[in-house]
Amino acid sequence: MLNYQFDWSTVTSGKYFEWLASGVKVTLQLSALSIVLAFILGLLIAVMRMSNNRPVRWIAHAYLEFFRNTPLLVQIFFWYFGSYKILPTAVNDWLNSTNFEFAAAVIALTIYTSAFIAEDIRSGVLSIPKEQMEAARSAGFSYLRSMQYIILPQAVRLTVPPLVNQFLNLAKNSSLAMTIGVMELTYQARQVESYTFKGFEAFTAATVVYVAISLVITALVNIYNEKVLNIHKAA
Amino acid sequence: MDQFFNVSVIADNFTYFMIGRFPNGPLGGLGLTLYLASVSCVLSFFGGLILGLLSISRFPAVRYPAVAFINLVRGMPLLMVIFWMYFLLPALFGKVAESQTVIMALTLFTSAYMSRIVVAGIEGIPKGQTEAAISTGLKPWQAMLYIVLPQGLRNMIPSFVNQFVSLIKDTSLAFIVGVSELTHVGTQINNRTMAYPTEIFVFIALIYFIVCYAFTSLSRWLEQRLAWRKAI
Repeated sequence: MLNYQFDWSTVTSGKYFEWLASGVKVTLQLSALSIVLAFILGLLIAVMRMSNNRPVRWIAHAYLEFFRNTPLLVQIFFWYFGSYKILPTAVNDWLNSTNFEFAAAVIALTIYTSAFIAEDIRSGVLSIPKEQMEAARSAGFSYLRSMQYIILPQAVRLTVPPLVNQFLNLAKNSSLAMTIGVMELTYQARQVESYTFKGFEAFTAATVVYVAISLVITALVNIYNEKVLNIHKAA
Repeated sequence: MDQFFNVSVIADNFTYFMIGRFPNGPLGGLGLTLYLASVSCVLSFFGGLILGLLSISRFPAVRYPAVAFINLVRGMPLLMVIFWMYFLLPALFGKVAESQTVIMALTLFTSAYMSRIVVAGIEGIPKGQTEAAISTGLKPWQAMLYIVLPQGLRNMIPSFVNQFVSLIKDTSLAFIVGVSELTHVGTQINNRTMAYPTEIFVFIALIYFIVCYAFTSLSRWLEQRLAWRKAI
C-alpha cells in the first residue's frame, strides 16, 4: 500500500475515462427509466392496496410484502435467468431481440422499487384527513375520481421527498445490474481496475460520482422541504 | 420440456441450500446467510451507536468528520463498499478471508444507517430529561449514558429489527466475492444443473421471503407493543 503509485490520469482522461463516463450514462438511463415505470406501477399498487375490494387489496398486499422481503439480487437473477418459463413466447422473443440484460435489470429494479414507492404513496394518502374523501364522495365523485382529483394531488406533494429518496436508492441499487453484465458505473470501474490494476483510482472515481449524485439529490430534498412543505430542520 | 415446475432439483439439493457442505465442510447456504447477517448486525449496532453519538457531539471537530463519514457511506452503493473492502483490507492487513471482507463491508455500511436510527431515537426523548439529569449533578455524557440512551434504545428496537431484515437481504451481495451464502449456492446449482433457473431462483426468493417476513412481522409486533406501553 505504501509503495502504491497513484496515477489519476488513468481515470481522468483517455479510454478509461470514456469507459467510466459511459458507465455513468448507463447508470442514469437505468435509474431514470426504472423510476418512471416504478412510479406508475407503485401508484397502481398503492391504489389497489387502499381499495374497498378485499381480493384486490389482498393481491396488492401480497405483492408488497413479497417484493420488499426478497433481495434485489435474487429478483434480478430471476428475471434474467428464470423468467422465460413464466412469460409468454411473444414477450420472450421481444426481450431477446432487445438488450436483454438491460431489460431484465429495468424489470427487476422497477418491480422492486414499485413496492417501496407504493408504501410511500400510501402513507402520504393516509396522512390526508379521511373527511376529505367523505366530502368528495358526498359531492358526487366516484372513489377513483376522488382519489384522482382530491386525495392524490395533495398526497403527492407530501410524497415527493420519499419518492426522490427512492430514486436515490434506485441509482445505488442499479449497481447490482453489473452481475448480469449491464455495463453501468460499477461494472466499468471493475473493468478499469482489471485492465489497469488501478483499483484505487477507478473505485474513487465511481464513488465520487455516486456520492455527488446523492449529495445533489439530498440537497434538493432539503430545499423542497423548506420552501414547499415549510418543514424546517431543528438546529 | 418436462413438468412446469421441477421439484426434484430443489429436493435433491435441499441440505446444500440450507447449510452448504456443513458439517463435512464450511457452512454455506442459508446458514451462512444468517451467520453473516447476525455477526454484521451485532457489530453494526455498536458501530451505529458510536457513529450516532459522535454525529451529535457538542464538539465540531468530532461532529463534522462523523457526519461526513455517514454521508459518504450512505451515498455509496453497498456493492461499491464491498469492492473497496475487497481491495483495501488485503492491502492493509495482508490476506483476509472473503467472508470477513463481507462482514466488514456490511458492518461499515449498516453502521451508517444504524447511526441515523440512534440519532432519531435519542431525539425522541424529551430534552427535559437531559436537563433534569444535568441539574441533579450528572455530567452530559452521564446523562446520555444512564438516562437518555436506555430509554431511547428501547424505542429503537423495531427499527433495528428492520435493519436486520435489510442485512439479510444485503448478504446476497456476498455472492460477488465468492462467499457461498444462499444466493451463491443458488447460482452454483443453477450452473451445475443448467435446466432449472426458474425453480431455483423462485425457491431461493421464497426462503428469503419466509425469513425476512418473519422478522418484519416481529418488528411490527414490537412497534405495536411499544406504542401500547407508551399509551398507558
